[in-house]
Amino acid sequence: MATELQNPSPAPVVRLEHPDPVLEGHHTNTNVTDRISGIVLTEKTPRQWFMVFGVAFIVMQLLLFSLGNLVVRGIGLWGVNQPVGWGFDIINFVWWIGIGHAGTLISAILLLMRQDWRMSIARFAEAMTIFAVMCAGLYPVFHTGRPWLAYWLLPYPNTMAIWPQPRSPLVWDVFAVSTYMTVSILFWYVGLIPDLATMRDKAKSMFVKKLFAFISLGWRGSAKHWHRYEIASLLLAGLSTPLVVSVHSVVSFDFATGIVPGWHTTVFPPYFVAGAVYAGFAMVLTLAIPVRKWYGLEGYITTRHLENMAKVMMATGFIVCYGYCLEIFMSWYSANQYEWSMFMNRLTGPYWPFYWMLWVCNGLSIQVLWSKKMRRTPLVLFIVSQFVSVGMWLERFVIIPMSLHRDFMPSAWGMYYPTAFDWGAFVGTLGFFTAMMFLFIRALPMMAIFEIKTLIKPAHSGAKH
Amino acid sequence: MSAHASTSAPAPDKVHAMFGVMAEFDTAEDLLAACRNARDAGYKKMDAYTPLPIHGLTEALGWEDNSVQKVVLAGGLMGCLAGFSLMYYITMISYPMNVGGKPNFSWPAFVPPTFETTVLFAAFAAVLGMIILNGLPMPYHPVWNNPRFQMATTDRFFLCVESADSKFDAEALKKFLKAQHNVKEVVEVAN
Repeated sequence: MATELQNPSPAPVVRLEHPDPVLEGHHTNTNVTDRISGIVLTEKTPRQWFMVFGVAFIVMQLLLFSLGNLVVRGIGLWGVNQPVGWGFDIINFVWWIGIGHAGTLISAILLLMRQDWRMSIARFAEAMTIFAVMCAGLYPVFHTGRPWLAYWLLPYPNTMAIWPQPRSPLVWDVFAVSTYMTVSILFWYVGLIPDLATMRDKAKSMFVKKLFAFISLGWRGSAKHWHRYEIASLLLAGLSTPLVVSVHSVVSFDFATGIVPGWHTTVFPPYFVAGAVYAGFAMVLTLAIPVRKWYGLEGYITTRHLENMAKVMMATGFIVCYGYCLEIFMSWYSANQYEWSMFMNRLTGPYWPFYWMLWVCNGLSIQVLWSKKMRRTPLVLFIVSQFVSVGMWLERFVIIPMSLHRDFMPSAWGMYYPTAFDWGAFVGTLGFFTAMMFLFIRALPMMAIFEIKTLIKPAHSGAKH
Repeated sequence: MSAHASTSAPAPDKVHAMFGVMAEFDTAEDLLAACRNARDAGYKKMDAYTPLPIHGLTEALGWEDNSVQKVVLAGGLMGCLAGFSLMYYITMISYPMNVGGKPNFSWPAFVPPTFETTVLFAAFAAVLGMIILNGLPMPYHPVWNNPRFQMATTDRFFLCVESADSKFDAEALKKFLKAQHNVKEVVEVAN
């Protein structure tokens, strides 16, 4: 992470340089600071920022409208009922949580693996994690029907003398998601501290200076502080890595511990985690590709970043498809008639287009990425990312309502149709998420300034590695 | 920002009015070399200030610390214990309930929440430990009395030997720092 400068080795080690640099163009400590802090402090905000933020802000009102109605009139407004008790609320919960996972993967797992290309996109992706988890958290809270009593989910001594049931994966979920949210915010804030100090020193307006001075805690770049800071960051990365795996595993336990055909399978935890990363990288690309163009950040988010993200998407996409194949295999191999009829229902039942679309979006669309040329074309990556985002949403639709709507007894079968309020809440969170991301880009340094500085090679030194 | 402080030399018997003597460098290499020289010359109470983390800088200053690791370990163990005790208290003492004929103390089911509380407590320990051990938040610090110190978060590298050092002698120290390779500016910093 930091520049290694002391003890140049006596015998020079020949290192094969990657053909694409992590940063393109000429960068110095000075111009990196000026450029990234300038986006917030001095540069003119691009016209596109106002357009996207404006639209997202309007769309966000749908969220307020549909949830406001829900609180006043009750969850009968949603399409969920027997036999499908989990509909859009849980689909969107799982989808958003999954999107958040790319942020933690980039900042924690790639930090442990010393992947220096993560530095330009980590801050951005971590912000995405936080806002995605916020969107996710809304759904279970409002699905309770009485969101003002949502604190009943937490274990606390109460006058009712009852406790949550700690053998239930739903209670594990409360622990996992709340921990994930908290740790993500902590990790993000710690990463911001030195850059907030840079912003403080760069700011011209006294108010902005005081604001950044307050939230940077008076950071002054002391070597002793950096030393403890780096240890804390490394340990947080080490803690976040198993955490992110545990979160989506626990989410998948919500299904896997049930006996419903289509849910009751041991492949869920790894396949959910891979799917989360898959959807998350698609969302990072969806946001990073336009933002790098509008702000002229091609020198920081380079072709190498895009190509690496495309490769991660391909790898996780294939794991996800392996999961789909295994589901098919197990429904045959288990010789269980309910499992087999669940599979035939996916293939030919009333919701068959969703299942086939799932394969097209998640399996077929990424085949384009075998070509190096395609992996390096932002427009292609942007389009593939849209397919993946839709595909991962469909995956949750296939798993959740499509398993519930026909289980064991044909007399208990039914159909699930989302209502306008379901759609309103879903589209509304898309607006909320986008609006929050754009506010973040406007108000805080969107890249880790000090980390990017560690990537700059001193012109006269060969000792850096 | 009292810029005038850097030009007025304090009387020798009033060294405590001065925080220290600060040298400015262009590059991390020059700073590292100066830190090693200062350490070898016997200075102990000193600190370097850089816009990015530099590996080997704390060694060059002759300073080491691994208290954050210990705090995180303690936090993790506390979280583990707290989470598991909570599950135990709920299922065995406060609210025992027969669920599917499983024993009340069905500990494997307590592993996921216990893991989460372990991570939660350890993460708080890492963040709060780092902040508190670093003495943050600190709204005022004498180093900012050098007006050029504003650049320490952008592209300048500073070394400050503090007046609290037993070997501190402002004049000798200024001479010593001015002799360092590629040094830009040496100033006294008011307290």
